[in-house]
Amino acid sequence: MSYEFDFADVFAAWPELLQGLLNTLWLSAAAMAIGMVVSVAGALGKTSGPKWLRWIIDEYIELIRNTPFLIQIFMIYFGLPSMGLKFSSNTAALIALVVNVGAYGIEIIRAGIESIQKGQVEAGKSLGMRPLQIFRYIILKPAIQAVYPSLTSQFILLMLNTSVCSAIAASELTAVAGDIQSRTFRSFEVYFIVTCMYLGLSIFFWTAFAGIERSFLRKPTR
Amino acid sequence: MTISASTPAAGDVMIEMRQVDKFYGDFQVLRNIDLTVARGERIVVCGPSGSGKSTLIRCLNQLEEHQAGEIVIEGKPVHASMRGIDLVRREIGMVFQSFNLFPHLTVLENCTLAPMKVRGLGKAEAEATARMYLERVHIPEQALKYPIQLSGGQQQRVAIARSLCMNPKIMLFDEPTSALDPEMVAEVLDVMVELAESGMTMLVVTHEMGFARKVADRVIFMDAGEIVEVAPPETFFSNPRSERTRKFLGQILHAKQQH
Repeated sequence: MSYEFDFADVFAAWPELLQGLLNTLWLSAAAMAIGMVVSVAGALGKTSGPKWLRWIIDEYIELIRNTPFLIQIFMIYFGLPSMGLKFSSNTAALIALVVNVGAYGIEIIRAGIESIQKGQVEAGKSLGMRPLQIFRYIILKPAIQAVYPSLTSQFILLMLNTSVCSAIAASELTAVAGDIQSRTFRSFEVYFIVTCMYLGLSIFFWTAFAGIERSFLRKPTR
Repeated sequence: MTISASTPAAGDVMIEMRQVDKFYGDFQVLRNIDLTVARGERIVVCGPSGSGKSTLIRCLNQLEEHQAGEIVIEGKPVHASMRGIDLVRREIGMVFQSFNLFPHLTVLENCTLAPMKVRGLGKAEAEATARMYLERVHIPEQALKYPIQLSGGQQQRVAIARSLCMNPKIMLFDEPTSALDPEMVAEVLDVMVELAESGMTMLVVTHEMGFARKVADRVIFMDAGEIVEVAPPETFFSNPRSERTRKFLGQILHAKQQH
């Protein structure tokens, strides 16, 4: 072991690393937010939509959960342009992340919805509320409360998955690290720093999720 | 006041059930139900478990669909799949055995949700109404608590207040005291008696025969999905016509003595 650590070249590239970190943060947060909307809408469709819609949602979930994420990204970035749909690498990355997390999110939120007692819906109906009002005001929040830990774990996985988007040169942290590494040949140093940055991102998101739970999803206690 | 056992004065009919049948698969839960309820009338429905009494009142606001016959509320035939069933339901309050309060909302929010979202009331107005009804069920001080922080009796009174906040024309009670500890039954029944005295049209599924004696205009006895007997409480308790009614009364009165 005669390797000499030298972080100087890597530290010199800190503006790039910081930019990569911010891009990953932004990409993850945007995909989580849009993914949440997709998950809620999809879960609503799957639990109370018409039969044809349930079928479509089921097929979508099966397709996404049984194929590699990398292939999904390639499909969107390289495959769709031949059908005339062309995206920048960052947009393609965002779409792929949303499409991917949506499939898992729908199943998680559906489980939450199904955990709600039938009596809650009946109470809403008996008060003259319409199905969407019942979903929005009575079911949604307790359903999310019930599955919040699974949902946030899935979102952390999403954040870690952004790393795969480097394969289409989206300008996120892993892609930036690759650039610096090939320029400086300081592989260990670069990836050590990047590992720490991903860890930091995870801690950031866990903290944010806990804050959201405290502020909006806290369950009353006796 | 004379109490007719079957038909109230024509112009004041709130509810009409004509030859209503309901099935769960092949199993018939309601058979040929005929019932007319006048405005302001208080009806107690009793019968052994599985007799179809809960199903009967759940058909009135179409939480359960009927398969044959007609259910007419204030002159309008109703069906679960009809457009505007929510417009019918908002006029019919319902109190459930298991309370079904919304756990993520405070007592006050439980009471204001539907008035705001369904009736379009402003927040201030909805809250004023809610506080008025919470006062009426004797728990104004619990307004900012969550359901889980209340006793069963208190929760059921909130559920009654929540229904009343919609200003319904009919109130349905589906075994409202069956899930309560014995010492809490009275506080809920008291509220229901007060409501009955205010002139509300009420259908109450219960085994509380004291309540039936006190407030019912008519008592309905059901067995095996049929209405077996309908009578004013005096007649019903002292001189039941049907053997099945006599047997049932014997059983529940005997059970009461054992408590």
